[in-house]
Amino acid sequence: MTLGSRRRIEESVFKVLMIGSTAVVVSSLLLILGTVIVKSLPALRLSMLFQTPKGGYYLGKEGGILNAILGSLYLAGGATLFAVAASLPVVLYLNLYARASSPLSTITRFALDVLWGVPSIVYGAFGFIVMMTLGLRASLLAGMITVGLLEIPIMARAMDEVVRLVPRPLLDASSALGATRLETALRVAVRQALPGIITAVLIAFGRGIGDAASVLFTAGFTDSVPTSLLRPAATLPLAIFFQLGSPVPEVQQRAYASAAILTLIVLAVSLASRELARRLRKHTIR
Amino acid sequence: MRQLKDLIARRAMFLMTGLPALIVLLMLAGLLRKSGPILAVHSFSSLLFGTGWHPLRGEFGFLPFLAGTLGVTLMAMVIAVPVSLLTAVYLSEYAPKLVRDVTKPVIDLLAGIPSVVFGVWGVLMVVPFVGNVVAPLFGAASSGYCVLSGGIVLAIMVFPTIIHVSLEVFGAVSQDLRDTSLALGATRWETVKHVVLRRGLPGIIAAVVLGVSRAFGETIAVLMVVGNVAKVPASPFDAAYPLPALIANNYGEMMSVPLYDSALMLAALILLLVVLAFGVGARIILVKAERKAE
Repeated sequence: MTLGSRRRIEESVFKVLMIGSTAVVVSSLLLILGTVIVKSLPALRLSMLFQTPKGGYYLGKEGGILNAILGSLYLAGGATLFAVAASLPVVLYLNLYARASSPLSTITRFALDVLWGVPSIVYGAFGFIVMMTLGLRASLLAGMITVGLLEIPIMARAMDEVVRLVPRPLLDASSALGATRLETALRVAVRQALPGIITAVLIAFGRGIGDAASVLFTAGFTDSVPTSLLRPAATLPLAIFFQLGSPVPEVQQRAYASAAILTLIVLAVSLASRELARRLRKHTIR
Repeated sequence: MRQLKDLIARRAMFLMTGLPALIVLLMLAGLLRKSGPILAVHSFSSLLFGTGWHPLRGEFGFLPFLAGTLGVTLMAMVIAVPVSLLTAVYLSEYAPKLVRDVTKPVIDLLAGIPSVVFGVWGVLMVVPFVGNVVAPLFGAASSGYCVLSGGIVLAIMVFPTIIHVSLEVFGAVSQDLRDTSLALGATRWETVKHVVLRRGLPGIIAAVVLGVSRAFGETIAVLMVVGNVAKVPASPFDAAYPLPALIANNYGEMMSVPLYDSALMLAALILLLVVLAFGVGARIILVKAERKAE
């Protein structure tokens, strides 16, 4: 009897701990979103979205962070295109051409795992070395390359997971009808895995746009909207970081507002990818 | 024509597939080359265990930064591992479908929050909370910019990684094993403890290792809340200065002081080597576990 009740007590103690932990995890997201949005309200104006910093902006005068919003969108957009161009062929080759146990597949998948864990500050340092080697200065292009490299493992691993799930019989059917492997890859595998591929691309874009440490060395910062690949570009994470470091309270509040804007962009991308994936799933064969 | 296209595409994709491994090698080679100048002047061990950091005097001791990184990472894991594992067990073994369907997207969203936003939140909430509430509770004086704050922010950042991998691990434990245990009269928790956790142990270790390597190199969020004082922290309420923060804070001046850039590249190399070691370790554990399971 005592043994039985002890077992029951242990069961309920752990159940309480588990529910508590889950509550902690869920509430930390709500707490972060809530705090950032509430704190940003006093400074959040439309003018922040549509103006570049004017003279004295960093002392609390007029202006906005259009330079950083556009800079981040350009930078992450370019980086994502670069990462797609690098990731999709790798994933298709791994799943449709190479044998699963070949040394090349093993090494490549392992390299992707390692790269996935490499801290973004290391990408920043590496991007800096690449930039110096190519004779570039801190610029939109150097930032795109660095963030693109950072996005490759995120995107490739996510794509690999979905392309791997394309049913074998579907691919065999395509080959049996006389399609070459390339035709099978592009018209059957990519189409079947499209919802997952799009999710992978958008996840990588979200990570790219939010990363600060990798662009610190490579993209520079400027108050104007970038007009050339070879000129420095402002980014939202750095705009937040710099504004928060200001002693002027108005500027700090704008840092909160900028953080809210970045968060909303990332959440919108994440929700859009869900919705898009759901819609595209209609066109896949189950 | 179609065959030719296929052949060209095949060759091109084959070459592209070497890219990830090439990036890893180039990263190692590039950082090694750039940290060459400082390794030529100082020995590796004197750099690792030196405590003085005075770039202008040519003194580069990494110990305070290594200690800072270890302290913050350890603190983060002490918080994150139990919370994440309990959450994963709950979601996989106990939670009703509705709770699961609501919680999983929340965890995905948490994973997507940019680190600078975690940093802003840390400054707004965690730092004052630690400085005004937690530190006085333990009779310590602290500004709040300290190891504990860094650990709390980092812990929340690695929740999604550990939970995600653990959920996959628990999902792979066969239902038959659970049913057998339950049929023998074990309670649910006993089944979790003796069957699910034991079976999933290698996977859990891999999940934790992934979490550690994630926490280890996190830069901006930690830098914003940890205080950045180049001293070995003696308590969780002391400020610390982790390696990634060192690199990020000094990129501006590193080109103007001799050997400074080389020292920072060495810091990046150390981070890369540690992550590489963790990656290999996690892989070995998983491969061994798979062999055992077969």
